[in-house]
Amino acid sequence: MTDFRVEGRGRVNRAKPVSFTFDGETYRGFEGDTVASALLANGVHLMGRSFKYHRPRGVVTAGSDEPNALVGTTRGKGRFEPNTRATIQEIYTGLTTESQNKWPSLKFDLGAINDRLYMLFSAGFYYKTFMWPRSFWDSVYEPLIRKAAGLGKAPTEVDPDHYASRYLHCDVLVIGSGPSGIAAALTAGRAGSKVVLVDEAAEMGGTLLSEPSVSIDGQPAWDWLASAMAELDAMPNVRRMTRTTATGYYHQNMIGMVQKLTDHMGDVPEGAPRERMWRVRAKEVVLAQGAIERPMVFDGNDCPGVMLAGAAQTFLNRFGVLVGKQPVVLTSHDSAWYSAFDMADAGAKVVAIVDTRESVPQALQNDARARGIPIHLGQTATATKGRLRVEALRINPVLNGKVGAGRVLPCDAVLVCGGWTPSLHLFSHTKGTLDWDAEAKAYLPGHKTEDVHIAGAGRGLWGIAAALEDGTKAGADAVQSLGGSAGAATFEVADDRTGSGITQKELPTDRSPGKAKAFVDFQNDVTAKDIRLAVREGMKSIEHVKRYTTNGMATDQGKLSNMNGLTIAADALGKEAPQVGLTTFRPPYTPTTFGAFAGYHKGAHFEVTRKTPIDDWAEENGAEYEPVALWRRAWYFPQAGEDMHKAVARECKATRESVGIFDASTLGKIEVSGPDATEFMNRMYTNPWTKLGVGRARYGLLLGEDGFIRDDGVIGRMRDDLFHVTTTTGGAAQVLNMMEDYLQTEWPDLKVWLTSTTEEWATIALNGPNARKLLQPFVDGADISADAMPHMSVVECTVAGFPSRLFRISFTGELGFEINVPARHGRALWEKLWEAGQQYDICPYGTETMHVLRAEKGFIIVGQDTDGTVTPEDAGIGWAIGKKKLDFVGKRSLDRPDIVAKGRKQLVGLLTDDPKTVLTEGAQIVADPNQPKPMKMIGHVTSSYWSEVLGRSIAMALVEGGFDRMDDRLHIPTETGGTVTAKVTGTQFYDPAGERLTVE
Amino acid sequence: MLLIQCPYCDDALPELEFAYAGEAHIDRPKDPSALSDEEWRDFLFIRSNVKGVHAERWRHINGCGRFFNALRDTVSDRFVTTYKAGEPRPDLSGKEPAQ
Ligand SMILES: [Zn+2]
Repeated sequence: MTDFRVEGRGRVNRAKPVSFTFDGETYRGFEGDTVASALLANGVHLMGRSFKYHRPRGVVTAGSDEPNALVGTTRGKGRFEPNTRATIQEIYTGLTTESQNKWPSLKFDLGAINDRLYMLFSAGFYYKTFMWPRSFWDSVYEPLIRKAAGLGKAPTEVDPDHYASRYLHCDVLVIGSGPSGIAAALTAGRAGSKVVLVDEAAEMGGTLLSEPSVSIDGQPAWDWLASAMAELDAMPNVRRMTRTTATGYYHQNMIGMVQKLTDHMGDVPEGAPRERMWRVRAKEVVLAQGAIERPMVFDGNDCPGVMLAGAAQTFLNRFGVLVGKQPVVLTSHDSAWYSAFDMADAGAKVVAIVDTRESVPQALQNDARARGIPIHLGQTATATKGRLRVEALRINPVLNGKVGAGRVLPCDAVLVCGGWTPSLHLFSHTKGTLDWDAEAKAYLPGHKTEDVHIAGAGRGLWGIAAALEDGTKAGADAVQSLGGSAGAATFEVADDRTGSGITQKELPTDRSPGKAKAFVDFQNDVTAKDIRLAVREGMKSIEHVKRYTTNGMATDQGKLSNMNGLTIAADALGKEAPQVGLTTFRPPYTPTTFGAFAGYHKGAHFEVTRKTPIDDWAEENGAEYEPVALWRRAWYFPQAGEDMHKAVARECKATRESVGIFDASTLGKIEVSGPDATEFMNRMYTNPWTKLGVGRARYGLLLGEDGFIRDDGVIGRMRDDLFHVTTTTGGAAQVLNMMEDYLQTEWPDLKVWLTSTTEEWATIALNGPNARKLLQPFVDGADISADAMPHMSVVECTVAGFPSRLFRISFTGELGFEINVPARHGRALWEKLWEAGQQYDICPYGTETMHVLRAEKGFIIVGQDTDGTVTPEDAGIGWAIGKKKLDFVGKRSLDRPDIVAKGRKQLVGLLTDDPKTVLTEGAQIVADPNQPKPMKMIGHVTSSYWSEVLGRSIAMALVEGGFDRMDDRLHIPTETGGTVTAKVTGTQFYDPAGERLTVE
Repeated sequence: MLLIQCPYCDDALPELEFAYAGEAHIDRPKDPSALSDEEWRDFLFIRSNVKGVHAERWRHINGCGRFFNALRDTVSDRFVTTYKAGEPRPDLSGKEPAQ
């Protein structure tokens, strides 16, 4: 293994060696290395296989824009992450990494057969293949693609890490800590503004870390950087955050930032969060994110060892690693010349600088000659040689548009630079416009929608001096926008490396362009040919080209590929780049973990679990639970050896034969009070309320203005000006919202107050022939005899000494009471009733038994037997409409033509021919089971249960013209291919005369 | 996340505290029975769906609980202004936001 580390270069800590593994092999690096820099130091360029063609790929960049070097990382049990960028992941002892998209090995991969099947996978292949016969897709294509493609592998275990979340407010948020960001932060900080400076890297400095030879204010760049950091840290109003990526820029200067906290640590402190999501509200934002270097597009440009020249410079100066000992530089921008000089000065034998331009500043050429580097101007590159690592670059002169004879330059690295793209992703998130600058041949920030300042290379400026000057100006502007004043600082910069370059399409070749594999988007394996094919096939907008080819749609969002793709598409269309348009960048800036977004909202904290005051008792007594809205409700109470079916049958029987006790506390409760309470109720509910006496209760039905059922519940009149309204468990919040809406915005003149009292009351239902006998001894202050307290009445009294609103109502068809007591007394009352109920073999029941008992009576459950398109008439409860009322919410809609039309779905009962067969809820219903498929479905089963008291199954269903189909036989196809036949009936299956309500 | 000015609380508060409640200035007819089917249909279902400044209702549901009105630009998703329920739509002539 060769060592590519250069003595005396870089910022890694040579005193702290670190070993880690890549594909099972152990490598050494130093503290401060990334996986990429450490592997390069060991001479390893091959780091992965590409997504579609499984071509061998090496690292291309030194930063978060890396498209190729994506690795799987393992940080201990359950802590596997795919697609980690090797250029970002810091190494520590014990880190395990692996390459992706390869089988059986990185160096020999069977999936590379895709590379030979190029034509199948070319532009638009997703769209084209979907037009093939369906059977071919199922049997051939999809299995092939699934096996061969895919980006990394998904983790299979639950993420054991936790993720934190914080808010942050500041005056000036500076994103990017290169020279312009530092200058902005210094300027705003010195003016006293509350400043936050963030950078995605582990260390601040940006370009300065890769340009140690520049001097600022008489100091070497790194010394100046250290003093700038010290000055910032000394200011109490400045906060610096590293490893922190601004992932999204949202309205009103809210920026989402993800801070990596522990991924770089071998020993993670107990309980430390892995990442922290910051939601920052900044008064002013300075974007100082620099520019992103572009690759060159030519045949074989994806061979491992071909990488960006600026990245090579970073690996050398920041990490002390030579990416090659005999590199060729291929460029169209001055910047790569300096990379060549740095490489040469560090001991590399630079084979040549190949520039596509015919004219290059004389000073650069002199500097190259002084180092003995051969120069080739006006050239193109037409091929690379080498499979797992580049061995040579073929270059040709271009004269008057003609490509001359090729020559081969043996090398171990090709360092390319096709120019620089201002990094304006975050600015693009704000819908700020990007305007084409013909001179810079770049999109630069135009109209701003936020309080934002862009500084440095993001505005197309080049060089450290320009960046510092622009940064301090941005900082001063931000302070001035805040109403403060700050003078722009001045900086003396020496040995600055300014320069310029050109943007170009794929490089010309003397070979068949159709055979060239000249990649534009490395991560999605999109070539120049794909883009030209898309244009030939009719894609005219860059948005269409993007989707047809998937150029720029990989996880890097085209950081490297967008401008090259646009330039090629524009050329194919014969237009200028700005006429072809620009695709929009969206958050997140870089791939972000689900954990960071979820934060604390996982597991038990994912959403609230509401519990009733009696919930503990249910748990102690073995209840199974079901979620209803946000509540957890006791579903049934199984005894030893019972399944749900047996438990529910027993609970139903016990309730109908003696007495059952049920926790109804989750029912929504709203107090409607005030002088106009009756008028308000009349307007909201379908029923008439004026004549309902104090102490009486009524079933209330609530419609939307469209005439469809929204909610229902029993409503008691406590006083002339006070109604105790109950709602469904899930509907409570919506009903209150709807009432408030009408009260506040339509009828503000009504003197009515609405109060949610759902959680103020515990509600215990007693049902069964012994309900009164059990309850009576506990009641003080009211006569609950059958004569004094008829069905549908309410009284205020005490029950077991607790103040109570006691209803005589029934959702089971049995003699029934619902006792409301202040929530804090709920469990005490429950236990007293439970104890006294033993003499009647009292039985606790859950929501399932409640559902069965009400279905036996044909009582609907809103949301189960209705679906938002059901009117009162459809549901068979037209009797609940106050026919004499002139108006109520939804009344006018009940006369709409389509509401009164024939053939609406209506709620009917279904009795299966085989009484033992219980239909599946949701099953579709047909009139003729022998009709050809697709059959006409005329309805569906809404409720279906085994009825213990009837000794058979029962069901309710919404059926087209159901009321006119009484006694007809309908058919319900089952999932196993059979058909169940059932007779249409009414919905009152049990005790239709209601005699059990009045049992003595 | 937007900051929304509640005209009752007189404070700009996070969007999370608010709930959207449909287009504003659509009064419920005083006597619905007097409306034709078409008129009632229009009241129920027909909305302006503007591109640009839209008058809409919001509720400060996790705050003071009041319904209020807002003018919001549906292109930029920005609130132009908010005002109390019952107040007329503010005249923005000359004050339309750029873009
Ligand atoms: Zn408010």
